[in-house]
Amino acid sequence: MDALNNFFLIALPYIALALFLVGSIYRYTYKGFQVSSLSSQFLEGRRLFFGSVPFHWGVFFLFFGHLFAFLFPKSVLAWNSIPLRLMILEITAFIFGISMLIGLINHFVRRYTTPRLRSVTNKMDFVIYIVLITQTFFGLWIAYNFRWGSSWFSTLLTPYLYSIFKLEPDISAVALLPWAVKIHIIGAFTIIALIPFSRMIHFLVYPLNYLWRPYQQVRWNWGKTSVRAPRTPWSLHRPKNN
Amino acid sequence: MDVRSQISMVFHLDKCIGCHTCSVACKNIWTDRKGAEYMWWNNVETKPGTGYPTKWEDQEIYKGGWQKKNGEVSLRGAGKRRGLTNIFYNPNLPVIDDYYEPFTYKYLDLIESPEGEVQPTARPVSLITGEPIDIKMGPNWDDDLSGTPDYGRNDPNLQNLSAAEQEVMFQLEKMAFFYLPRICNHCLNPACVASCPSGAIYKRGEDGVVLINQEVCRAWRMCVTACPYKKSYYNWHTGKSEKCILCFPRLEAGLAPACMHSCVGRIRYLGVLLYDADKIKETVHLDDNQLIDAHRDMILDPFDEEVIRAAKMNGIADSTIHAAQFSPVYKYVKEWKLALPLHAEYRTLPMLFYVPPLLPVMASLKQVDNTEDSKKMNPIAKYWDDNWLYDTSTEELWGSLDQVRFPMKYLANMLSIGDEEKIKDKWKKLMAVRIHRRRVTVGDVSQEKADSVLRDAGLTADQADGIFYLTALAKFEDRFVIPPAHREQAIEMLDFTGDVKGSTGFGIKSKLKRGI
Repeated sequence: MDALNNFFLIALPYIALALFLVGSIYRYTYKGFQVSSLSSQFLEGRRLFFGSVPFHWGVFFLFFGHLFAFLFPKSVLAWNSIPLRLMILEITAFIFGISMLIGLINHFVRRYTTPRLRSVTNKMDFVIYIVLITQTFFGLWIAYNFRWGSSWFSTLLTPYLYSIFKLEPDISAVALLPWAVKIHIIGAFTIIALIPFSRMIHFLVYPLNYLWRPYQQVRWNWGKTSVRAPRTPWSLHRPKNN
Repeated sequence: MDVRSQISMVFHLDKCIGCHTCSVACKNIWTDRKGAEYMWWNNVETKPGTGYPTKWEDQEIYKGGWQKKNGEVSLRGAGKRRGLTNIFYNPNLPVIDDYYEPFTYKYLDLIESPEGEVQPTARPVSLITGEPIDIKMGPNWDDDLSGTPDYGRNDPNLQNLSAAEQEVMFQLEKMAFFYLPRICNHCLNPACVASCPSGAIYKRGEDGVVLINQEVCRAWRMCVTACPYKKSYYNWHTGKSEKCILCFPRLEAGLAPACMHSCVGRIRYLGVLLYDADKIKETVHLDDNQLIDAHRDMILDPFDEEVIRAAKMNGIADSTIHAAQFSPVYKYVKEWKLALPLHAEYRTLPMLFYVPPLLPVMASLKQVDNTEDSKKMNPIAKYWDDNWLYDTSTEELWGSLDQVRFPMKYLANMLSIGDEEKIKDKWKKLMAVRIHRRRVTVGDVSQEKADSVLRDAGLTADQADGIFYLTALAKFEDRFVIPPAHREQAIEMLDFTGDVKGSTGFGIKSKLKRGI
């Protein structure tokens, strides 16, 4: 049992984080052509709505919810100190979880019942559907059976995750958690490990930069005004790309 | 004054014979790949017709281009707010059925089928699924007005024509059409560039070609929506958007783009325009009725000393300025004011201009009495039974302009934001050139008549001869004045040349393989 705990709660996180970091940077840097959301809306544009929209907004809220509880556990606990606020948070999160699950199932059914989509589906898509559906299912299961997760996440899991990042892994508390929670933790690190090897990489390139860049982009090969200046022979102005 | 250079195009619609050689040349070079089969970076449409993708001009459906609301110009279906909130599902994205499902035929069945009672057939199969399909659409499904009740009648340009006018257009005896070849307009205010959340699309400063960086494109597919001409295409296989690149590798080598080089009717002209980039913002904010003139006013006179000095200050090469002075596009657009941009109301400032077609317009159908003439002929060589005459005589001069069998309003909706005077002005010029040349070559038109016609159209005899030369006689070098790209720079434009030139060649860093 100890060996299993050690592997899944200590080794797996480090393997996953290493794969995630090295893999993502490698793929982004050297395989830019393969970094894409691989949208299939063009081949099937109606049913995608009922998969993509609930899934993405669900995962968007839940990802940042988990991240917030990890970064600011005290704020979460302070918010939860009044039962009504705790209820609001938990119910909202649960609704987003259900939305995510519905979206995933719609996605899954759409992808495997639309003939055109077969030509743009690979094995990894199937793997991530299974992993994500399992993960969402267990997330909802935990939220329902082991109530008020937002509070015990902040007291139990945040220290565990901190210990991982501090390179002093401490699983004494986590090891005692119910098996469903452990599966959820394992699932989370599996997803992190799969990011560079699947289409999930597209969440890393969400185009925030668009918010502050000007609408039009003109690229010059040369500094357009300095290239002709007689005082600066062109050899001083190497092309930007080289 | 911020002078920039733009490689720009003029398509002379009168000369287009609708042979699709341009489309095929382009397809063979650039889009004969999986995921790109349905793309026609260059396509030729029959007008009136719904075009490709179906009804692309109807921005109520596709939400392309810019719109002006309360003095503000914004993207109709994309932009920072809409683009980022609709990123999970783009409600205005055309899907493959709006173009057509690409197909091929199982030709091998013709050869390999066993002997049987019936002849084997080559069944059509989808190039997406590989399964047999019923072909419902294809490129140029409505070519030459075929299926007019479904296609021609649904042309978005007919929207403000009265029912009677439309009825006249589609009477079987009076039907007329022309061809509209389309490529990317390489706009000055490109909606695709503005809509791209990743910043993968950019306009090249040196020649104004609009390109999509395939390594940066992330398939957010906003450009497909934003381009009002639907000239940005989504490659469903690689998950990247692609568009016309104006054959920049050919341009850099001094060759004309494939579609232009192969043009059988020699309708295409390509050359440099110098323009004032400071005026872009001001121009796109103007009202519809000022837009086209202001767009033309942005184009600068390449012989003006002031312009040349400013151009040099901006790093434009002498050779480019020289090319601008001999640019056929400059002559058509600015000097003769003969060419108009397509759907300028989208406010992208397209840099591809069209000379409006005259032929279906100037001829008229008349009822004549053939009996006398028929009697003179032998029983085999006789006039056809009906008594219609396709009349192209020049008896009435401008008279025929008002009795055209092709409503001027229709062309105005396409090329001049509904301003019929502009179309009439171009027609007068085109007609004046013909009458002038008829006087010169045939001589059955009097000098006074020809001169008065030229005066009326606002042309001099020299200009008319110039138009005639460039329209009818121009050789390859006259039609395509390509500035040297400075090959030494062109090579340097590409990434990491030092690393790859010994092995894979220039430009491509990795195999274009679909991601996982």
